Amino acid sequence: MMGFFLNSMEVILRGAGVTVKLTVASLLLGAIIAIFVALAQVYGKWWINLIATTYERILRSIPILIIMFMVFFGLPTFGIRFDPFLAAIISLGLRSSAYQSQIYRGALLAVSEGQIMAARSVGMTGIQTFLHISFPQAARFSVAPLTNEFTIVLKDTSIAYAIGVTELLREGTYIVSTTYDPLLIYSMCAAVYFIMTFGTNKFVSLLEKGFAIPGYEVRGVERG
Amino acid sequence: MAEFIKVFFQAFPFLMSGLKFTMELAIISIIFGLGIGMLISTLRVYGGRISYTFSTAYVEIIRGTPLLVQLFIFYFSFPQIGIHLSPIVASIISFSLNSGAYQAEYIRGAIQSVEGGQMKAALSVGMTKWQSIRLVIMPQALRKVIPSWTNEFVYLVKYTSLAYLVGVPELTAQGEFVASRNFEFMNVFSGVAVVYLFVILAITWFFSSLEKKVKIPGV
Repeated sequence: MMGFFLNSMEVILRGAGVTVKLTVASLLLGAIIAIFVALAQVYGKWWINLIATTYERILRSIPILIIMFMVFFGLPTFGIRFDPFLAAIISLGLRSSAYQSQIYRGALLAVSEGQIMAARSVGMTGIQTFLHISFPQAARFSVAPLTNEFTIVLKDTSIAYAIGVTELLREGTYIVSTTYDPLLIYSMCAAVYFIMTFGTNKFVSLLEKGFAIPGYEVRGVERG
Repeated sequence: MAEFIKVFFQAFPFLMSGLKFTMELAIISIIFGLGIGMLISTLRVYGGRISYTFSTAYVEIIRGTPLLVQLFIFYFSFPQIGIHLSPIVASIISFSLNSGAYQAEYIRGAIQSVEGGQMKAALSVGMTKWQSIRLVIMPQALRKVIPSWTNEFVYLVKYTSLAYLVGVPELTAQGEFVASRNFEFMNVFSGVAVVYLFVILAITWFFSSLEKKVKIPGV
């Protein structure tokens, strides 16, 4: 019994490694796209804003499973093929970019107008104002919602199961199909996910306290 | 584009039969979830130490694990302890329990945003604690929760697509079924995406008009 548990744990942890890679890669891809979308929404001309907003709304309205199917099964129609792992990163990354753009947009808008005016009036350029005034505050405003986004992406990597990525849940399913002990194995999978999400949340909230500017803390309830 | 329209209309009857299941799953689960959410949030805010611990553990565990794993536990693991659930029942149970935890968090936030003095006032005019919660706090909290509740409904509609993985013939499953026969994967899944998009726009519009309708001026 103990041997079975340890052997299963080894396989599940290998899956957890893939889950972490998927999560980190998707979040980074999402962040890069999201920064441009957010800048377009906050500082862009009306038609750039319109394109960015349409992109964001559409990606936020389509289930992640459908996005994965479009990238993995749909794009080969145009001769673009990805392996399951890459397809999962692209899908999760695109979807996350839509959510992350809203985080950055909100954070940029949360920096008060008066501070921007003050910075400009002491002779800072637009770029300097952004780098020294808006960005340092906006980055802090983003931490709490980004933790939520991290949890969402981490949990949704389990959906990459559907296109055949051998992440945590699929490794678990492989064990189930050879040993037939779904209750233990899926509970172990759930426990590993829980440790990852709960641990990160606790860690980040400590980090947040360390970097907080007194009087500027933000915490909200978001689906995450 | 012409090709897309042709494929979309061929797939349309299948997608609509799938949409029926998608909406059934989402509506039943959001209602059960609302019940769970109201119960759990009340326990978390007004409960004693034991009920607080249990309800908090419930919320943290559900929010810390993926919905797909929860679904797999109900559908694939429960038969091991002698509970056999049909795909649709397993989906409804796991979606309701999942949504309940998130709704509990939204409602808890709303309850705490209702002024503390109102509870004292209600108790001082002779209401019981249960009456104060039911007649004074909840009606205000539920109004405040509508925007995040709309979000939750939108999330739930999107996540019902996971029911496809345990064999419920909902919208995504029907799309997969059509696409695996005519090999028009991009066109069919774009069509499915368009259907989800319309449903979600309709939901958002409906609830924002509901919010205006039930609004109490000044609160």
